Amino acid sequence: MNISKLPKLTFWRAVLVLILAAGFYSTALRFTRGLGAATNLSDQFPWGLWIGFDVLCGVGLAAGGFTLAAIVYVFHIERFRPVLRPSILTAFLGYALVAVALLYDLGKPYNIWHPLVMWNPHSVMFEVAWCVMLYLTVLALEFSPAVFERLHLHTPLRVIKAATIPLVITGVILSTLHQSSLGSLFLIVPEKLHPYWYSPMLPLFFFISAVGVGLAMVIFESNLSSRAVGREIEMHLLEVLGRAMAVVLAVYGLLRFEDLWSRGALVHLREPSRETVLFVLEITLGLLIPLPMLLFRRIRQNRESLFGVAVLVITGFLLNRLNVSITGLEASSGVHYFPRWTEVAVTLSIVGVGFLLFSLAVRYLNVMEPAQGSRAPGAIQIRAVA
Amino acid sequence: MSKAILVDTTRCIGCGACATACKVVNHLPLGDPGAAHDLPTRPLGDDDLVAFAQSHGEVGGHLSADMLNVVQAHGSVFVRRFCMHCQQPTCASVCPVGALKKTAAGPVEYDAGKCMGCRYCMMACPFSIPRYEWKALFPKVKKCTMCAPRQAKGLQPACTLVCPVQAGIFGERDDLLKEAEKRLADEPTKYFHRVYGKQEVGGTSVLYLSAVPFDQLGLPSNLPSEPMPLLTYRVLSEIPTLVPLGGLLLGGIWWITNRREKVAKTEKKME
Ligand code: SF4
Ligand code: SF4
Ligand code: SF4
Repeated sequence: MNISKLPKLTFWRAVLVLILAAGFYSTALRFTRGLGAATNLSDQFPWGLWIGFDVLCGVGLAAGGFTLAAIVYVFHIERFRPVLRPSILTAFLGYALVAVALLYDLGKPYNIWHPLVMWNPHSVMFEVAWCVMLYLTVLALEFSPAVFERLHLHTPLRVIKAATIPLVITGVILSTLHQSSLGSLFLIVPEKLHPYWYSPMLPLFFFISAVGVGLAMVIFESNLSSRAVGREIEMHLLEVLGRAMAVVLAVYGLLRFEDLWSRGALVHLREPSRETVLFVLEITLGLLIPLPMLLFRRIRQNRESLFGVAVLVITGFLLNRLNVSITGLEASSGVHYFPRWTEVAVTLSIVGVGFLLFSLAVRYLNVMEPAQGSRAPGAIQIRAVA
Repeated sequence: MSKAILVDTTRCIGCGACATACKVVNHLPLGDPGAAHDLPTRPLGDDDLVAFAQSHGEVGGHLSADMLNVVQAHGSVFVRRFCMHCQQPTCASVCPVGALKKTAAGPVEYDAGKCMGCRYCMMACPFSIPRYEWKALFPKVKKCTMCAPRQAKGLQPACTLVCPVQAGIFGERDDLLKEAEKRLADEPTKYFHRVYGKQEVGGTSVLYLSAVPFDQLGLPSNLPSEPMPLLTYRVLSEIPTLVPLGGLLLGGIWWITNRREKVAKTEKKME
């Protein structure tokens, strides 16, 4: 075999291999020795990194899919079509990987199908489980045209096309429900979650911030993927998304501060606690810096700085989800939780596999659509399904 | 008709018999493994259980998968902690598969066959009661069952059975509430004037009496008197109205934008 045929060992590939090796070891540990051996979870701290990051952050970061689907199909803002398909793909991969992460985290993963037949409609978790299952199906259908095109299957393509609008509307409703419900999960712990984060408005905050981070993710991904395929980026489109993000952040900020103020939670700012540091960091990185930046057209139109703003918003979002699900609960639990390295290895591996699958899909399927105007009208007809 | 347990911490002498009895009936490892030799080999009768538990009491420790009822010392006061068997249990309301259920008889029971191990019940319980078998490959949630299997046979829970001073008594919740209030009325100077569990999170089937404020015994004092499940149910119950509304709204927007586009197209053609 010719050595030059092997993939080149670049730095990032080496990192990926290391991560996957660590992930493989951790997987073996988790499924042969149990949660106690593979995690730092305890009776005092039953949810950790896998719920806080893999599930809460994962679902949020995949919000670009439904946000853009709504923009393109429901609001008919056609010029966003070029970034639609990569967003749907990321969302699909994101949700699929959330399901994988759940298999690690559930004590009895082989019972994951139980909510299908054992119902408890009073449980937020039950609702989230159903929404995520249904939405994963919707996303698979929404992305399926890319696969059908590749395989030249015209009949299913037509069927899917006819069903696009109901499908997209279903997807948007399901997303709204479970994005907010992830916040509702924590409504039940008013005495445990720190007042910076506990609020009766948690569902609304989770929903709005998911839309915001969805937009940020579209900007982030467009940058990465255009770099990967060496294509000019649609700056005029991203600029508009930046403007939309400013509106979302402003609404979020107003509601969040009104809520903090009316609950009297801001008095805690006088305490030099860990929570205060994390809260200030979250608000500053995710809101106070990016929002004013977005008000300048020069910043919105500049590829690098818009990318920077997106990274800030994403960071703030991640901090928020981790604060709600982990750090904000530590004080009341009486213990300190920090993930075991095997937990981190699993999380990183899942992210790594996500990147891998995304780049494979970009290579073998028609994910990146050619720039507007450079294609025959017939092609538009078919692609309009994506 | 709902059973309950009343724990009067002013009577408890901290002998730890209840903790040991709990371990025996739930087949959990004893603190002193050698003690198991003293257990009679014949099927355990209630008299055997009383004798064994009272001579091998275990005090201290924290709730765990191996300890579902622990006797804790807070200064000079002893208090035993175990599942409160809430009237409207938070754990049961959050469980996605309904593995936890409040039965009419009083206990909140757990069905390990249904459980998928999401541990939301552990997160949500306002008393931080449920424990997990972290070391097991197929772990179960563990908590006091109020001896539901014994109750089914007409027996009282092991912990109240073995208590030498009736610090814990078993009975109808209504009767126990009356009894507790009678004790408060009879000896108002002896007690902190409140029955813990009468109202907490909508009421519990385990009631406490104490000479000192309850937070000094490690019992959460910041709980609302309304049942916790309402917190999420209020939001969840909006969904059936929101879904069709959302569908209509989105469909409507689509219809308008779609029409606008069509009109624009025909206008273009006309030109
Ligand atoms: S104390 Fe906790 S575990 Fe026990 S019934 Fe109440 S909510 Fe459930
Ligand atoms: S861990 Fe089991 S019993 Fe507890 S909420 Fe999850 S499924 Fe229900
Ligand atoms: S409740 Fe009764 S059995 Fe338990 S420690 Fe107190 S006195 Fe002993």
